Amino acid sequence: MSSHNYDYLDGNAAAGELAKIFAVDVTAAQGQCAHCGATKRFAESHLYMQCPGVVARCAVCEQVLLRFVSIRQRAFLDLSGMTYLSLDISQSEEQSFPQKVE
Amino acid sequence: MWHVGKVIALHGETATARTITLDVADWPGHVAGQHVDVRLTAPDGYSAVRSYSIASGPNSEGRVELTVERLSNGEVSPYLTQELAVGERLELRGPIGGWFVWRTHQTEPIQLIAGGSGIVPLMAMIRARASAGSAAPFRLLYSVREPAAVFYRDELQALTDNDEGVSLTYAYTRAAPKDWPQPPGRIDAALIANATLPSNLVPTCYVCGTTSCVESAAGLLIGSGHNPDKIRTERFGPTGDRK
Repeated sequence: MSSHNYDYLDGNAAAGELAKIFAVDVTAAQGQCAHCGATKRFAESHLYMQCPGVVARCAVCEQVLLRFVSIRQRAFLDLSGMTYLSLDISQSEEQSFPQKVE
Repeated sequence: MWHVGKVIALHGETATARTITLDVADWPGHVAGQHVDVRLTAPDGYSAVRSYSIASGPNSEGRVELTVERLSNGEVSPYLTQELAVGERLELRGPIGGWFVWRTHQTEPIQLIAGGSGIVPLMAMIRARASAGSAAPFRLLYSVREPAAVFYRDELQALTDNDEGVSLTYAYTRAAPKDWPQPPGRIDAALIANATLPSNLVPTCYVCGTTSCVESAAGLLIGSGHNPDKIRTERFGPTGDRK
């Protein structure tokens, strides 16, 4: 048997919470790990939710990429584990399917 | 960001899972593979948020279907699968996610691998393919505990019977039907070799299931020659009461 602990989800599961502060989808964003240099989609990060907020860790080196916690009327975001985050803003105004027309 | 969906239909998929059809008045539309967050708020103000994949394909009617599996120790899923009634309202945030999605303009071959209720977002992709009249070849490997735990069985059967572009292989992990060629077991290298698109067709692979299932299946795909960049994964688990 494997000795792995599978107590994480992935970046997809954080996207709803992060939509409080990001105007565009963050799951498809590419980020570079400040620790090992790996460049991956945010959706591929390992997400730990057994804490007051969420912690995303690099899928390659398991170092912390992002911490996010929202308490009362304030949100705290720590991105120091990423050298950059590259987001697609081309569809920020576009709807994925037209609204109901009546 | 938060929408209110009215429950317009409930349909039991298995003994422990049911599909909730919601009419969401201001729904902006969604892409196959996306999910929503559902928020339940108790009379005392306590609220709990869980993520569920959307099962329905894109549509212009503001319809959102969720298939929810009951987790025995869950905080939200027992309510959604046992108590929620037609006419009630749910708060939804979404649609969420732009990575684990299949868009109808994608023409490349698609390999889908589902573990248990990980079928839900993949079913949305199969439905989106059908409603768009897409000719993209789809192959689904659906790993499930036992025959009675299969979601959408009749619809999957009809879709694969009527369209040569879609094929389906079940893999049973605990109990297989009588005369099933394989003994029950987890997805392994032999199954990947026999029941999935070969890597030389360069399919985009979508893998959804529990974290251990996803790690295993994605590792097997890489081991059989698939480029990790062509593998998209979505994990769920009791941590988030997901799906």
